[in-house]
Amino acid sequence: MNSGIPLQYFLILATIMFFAGIYGFLTRRNLITILMSVELILNSVNINFLAFNRYLYPHKLEGMFFSIFVIAVAASEAAVAIAIIINIYRRFTTINVEDVNEMKF
Amino acid sequence: MTANQLMFILFALMIIVFSILTVTSHKILRAAVYLLFVLVSTSALYFMLNYQFLAAIQLTLYAGGIVVLIIFSILLTSHISQSFESLGWKKNIFSAIAAIAGAILSIVTILDYKFSATAEAAKEVDMRLIGKSLLSMNYDGYVLPFEVISILLLAAMVSAIVIAKKAGPSKTKSPTYNQK
Repeated sequence: MNSGIPLQYFLILATIMFFAGIYGFLTRRNLITILMSVELILNSVNINFLAFNRYLYPHKLEGMFFSIFVIAVAASEAAVAIAIIINIYRRFTTINVEDVNEMKF
Repeated sequence: MTANQLMFILFALMIIVFSILTVTSHKILRAAVYLLFVLVSTSALYFMLNYQFLAAIQLTLYAGGIVVLIIFSILLTSHISQSFESLGWKKNIFSAIAAIAGAILSIVTILDYKFSATAEAAKEVDMRLIGKSLLSMNYDGYVLPFEVISILLLAAMVSAIVIAKKAGPSKTKSPTYNQK
């Protein structure tokens, strides 16, 4: 099936994707782009789970179900985060993290 | 080089290039579209690993749902052609150093470690098995996380509506935005 592709290739790919997400998380100043970086990080973790499950424990399904739950958590997180972002935009007319620094209602 | 390897290299290159473009692009809408490419290539990788159900979930939920949500919120909150001012080079450099150092450390660790696979036969992942495992209470069952995640999704939906809805006609005074 996936003959000729070692497990390490998948892990290295997921690592690069993960640290690209970390870089974006550290450098971005816009709330939506920070959210996109978080999505990248979650996605790379999913690749890891599935590669481990397929290569090391092919008789079990733990990795797959954990990926399903991670996807569900990511979806609900994105929905709530975007609701919060839109509410912040209504109050401050900006979503730059450096301008949003008070919780006064 | 087999076709499988060729496809893997293609998708891996797409994922790496577009994920780096996602976090470095100066136009926010372009960053969202690059994120879409990353998610679609990831679902192609899932197809290559023979997890068809998860690949379909990835396509519909991530590429179809979350990216559309992100693009909508971008259109609601910023101009399409708006580009951010670049951060100070110092922050960029230090973040890049942190990310690259972490990546190198992880890759060295991965290449150093000897993974040992089990000799047991692979299980065919079909829809019937997924449904039975999700709803069974046996040793292989996942009914508790399934219920927890369904409650979480319900709570997220309700809270998203409550947070994002406009404040109704309040009894005391109308809400003033941007008071400073």
